Amino acid sequence: MARAADGKPISTVERPWLDFNELPFRTTRPPIALVVLLLLTLLAAGIFIVRLATGWGLVTNLNDNYGWGLWKGFNTLVGIALGASGFTTAFAVYVLGGEKYRPFARMAVLVGILGYMSSVFSLLIDLGHPERIVFPIIYWNAESPLFEVAWCVMLYMTVMIFEFTPAVFERFGLKRAETVVHQMVIPLVIGGTVLSTLHQSSLGSLFLNVPDQLDKLWYTPLLPLFFFMSAVYVGPAMVIVVATMASKALSRKLESDLLATLAKALPVLLGIYLFARVAELAGARELGLLFEGTRSSAIYWLEMSIGVIIPMVLLAFKAVRDNTSLRFVASLMVVLGLMLNRVDVSIVSWARPHDAASYIPHPLEFGFTIGLWAGLALVFYVAAKYLPLFPPAHGAASE
Amino acid sequence: MTHSMLFDAHLCTGCRGCQVACKQWNDLEANTTKNTGSYQNPPRLSANTWLTMRFKEIEEGDKVKFVFGRYSCMHCEEPACATACPLQALHKTKDGPVLYRADRCFGCRYCMLACPFEVPTFEWSQNEVQGPWIRKCTFCYDRLQNGREPACAQTCVSGALKYGEREELLAYAKERIAKYPDIYQQHVYGEEEAGGTSVLYISHVPFEHLGLPTKLGNKAVSARAQDAMFATPIAAVGLAAGLTGFYWVVKRRREMAQKSGSKDQRG
Ligand code: SF4
Ligand code: SF4
Ligand code: SF4
Repeated sequence: MARAADGKPISTVERPWLDFNELPFRTTRPPIALVVLLLLTLLAAGIFIVRLATGWGLVTNLNDNYGWGLWKGFNTLVGIALGASGFTTAFAVYVLGGEKYRPFARMAVLVGILGYMSSVFSLLIDLGHPERIVFPIIYWNAESPLFEVAWCVMLYMTVMIFEFTPAVFERFGLKRAETVVHQMVIPLVIGGTVLSTLHQSSLGSLFLNVPDQLDKLWYTPLLPLFFFMSAVYVGPAMVIVVATMASKALSRKLESDLLATLAKALPVLLGIYLFARVAELAGARELGLLFEGTRSSAIYWLEMSIGVIIPMVLLAFKAVRDNTSLRFVASLMVVLGLMLNRVDVSIVSWARPHDAASYIPHPLEFGFTIGLWAGLALVFYVAAKYLPLFPPAHGAASE
Repeated sequence: MTHSMLFDAHLCTGCRGCQVACKQWNDLEANTTKNTGSYQNPPRLSANTWLTMRFKEIEEGDKVKFVFGRYSCMHCEEPACATACPLQALHKTKDGPVLYRADRCFGCRYCMLACPFEVPTFEWSQNEVQGPWIRKCTFCYDRLQNGREPACAQTCVSGALKYGEREELLAYAKERIAKYPDIYQQHVYGEEEAGGTSVLYISHVPFEHLGLPTKLGNKAVSARAQDAMFATPIAAVGLAAGLTGFYWVVKRRREMAQKSGSKDQRG
């Protein structure tokens, strides 16, 4: 990597909390990127305030036909799905015995936290009464998939925050606290895996209620399974994408070999998923829909080729897995494909049979979404700079 | 007593008296609408419109028929909106109507997605202080409790909209379609659709022309999601047990491997 700099891992205990030489404006990276991120975050905050003050009319195109739009369909669903890297990685490291991936465990949990944050903030702007976001604790309806999602997300956020605390404790040298959390790590990880499995699939169950409104290409009683499977395969892809980007932005040495090994899992997971989705369409005798040349079928092909078929084929080659840029691009395609899938299920495939008013997200809906993700990227950057996010690998992964 | 209504499309004259009566009784503001190329106005339900009549021209041979369909809450027997609502803000009352409790709702609008009849609507232009709420037909519950029939049913001059007890209306509807087999479709819509509804329909034209979804099936729409939810606690316990067992196996194996002299795994 060009910017491997001195190659030292980013954690030392002696460093003062705020070293002005460490601030973004003095780094070798142009500060422009950070300024842009900050401005975008402020834009999102502004849109939030306008929405609270005036309702939805000025900043969204939501209407009674499309009660859920970009903020739910994209931010909430995608945020939670991408946050799955937290549970898959923690599971792989602590339960499956994949000790060698430990250098990525903390980062993956942080990505998880931020992904879920994306959901929570989007919910806050999207809910009619954000101050009531904790109402599922008081009023119960165990039959509602949304109720289950709400509970699992609350519990799992707590689990992730616990999983992440060692990084903070280590930073401030709180040895005792660190040991305590360390002893709880296995139950935490197992609990987190159970919660994740449940709510990743329940996000799919949300759409089981609406068999008539969803396009047949996407509606299936197996939606919960597909949501879960895709959350699992996007985990490793997300680790590769974020680790690669972080190494660029922080001029940090990349554990390239390790990522190449991790990438091996992707063709397998993607293959299983592809098989399941095609088999489901075949089982429902709906394969023909794929070749009707409709708008839906075109989008379906786009989703499957970008997000599943092409990266699956690419990553099957060792040359691709070993090449940092190619591996990054293929994994990024997996992530983009997953985003497209969630948007397809929640917005594109959504057709109200009557009185159709259409829905194309308002520019400011995109604005809020982009600003929110910019803000989360900023948080990640700061955390990566000031917390021991990448514990040193044992047996030094070679570059 | 379960409150119910029967809409007879053959008798409806499309006068929209019910639509106006609903607005008047419930104090709903008028909407400014655009011409959509149809007599139907407004084109769909909204926060200020809890009942609207659907207008449709259908060709039969060389004649054109003008048909009208009631579009409002069906007060389902097993309402998808209530199953969907995480907070039970929407709930089915024992005597029929599906009602809304604003003090519980947090405005997630999942009910709007879940309702197969596209009924719940939202106050999109209210700000935080005014409070945006879900709005829909209340079956004029305030009137029912005082022994009066719903405003829309009371207004109907042609007898197309009847208010009564569900079993009685059902019997009456069946009797009527049996008596005039040349006129009516031999089916009472709402008897079983989506688990049954409190608002029943009979019609002289196929029900899709009234704007009713005809592929709902007779099971509650939310049955599938309910099944999935029922499995949740079992799945959770099973999964936790399975994963813990799995962890012990992996750990044990690793310990064995370490004992037999392979290198230390800890960093
Ligand atoms: S018609 Fe819709 S809103 Fe009315 S009770 Fe049925 S599901 Fe609920
Ligand atoms: S918007 Fe309100 S009534 Fe509708 S599902 Fe959400 S909490 Fe329930
Ligand atoms: S029952 Fe009452 S609220 Fe419902 S449509 Fe009739 S008049 Fe309107």
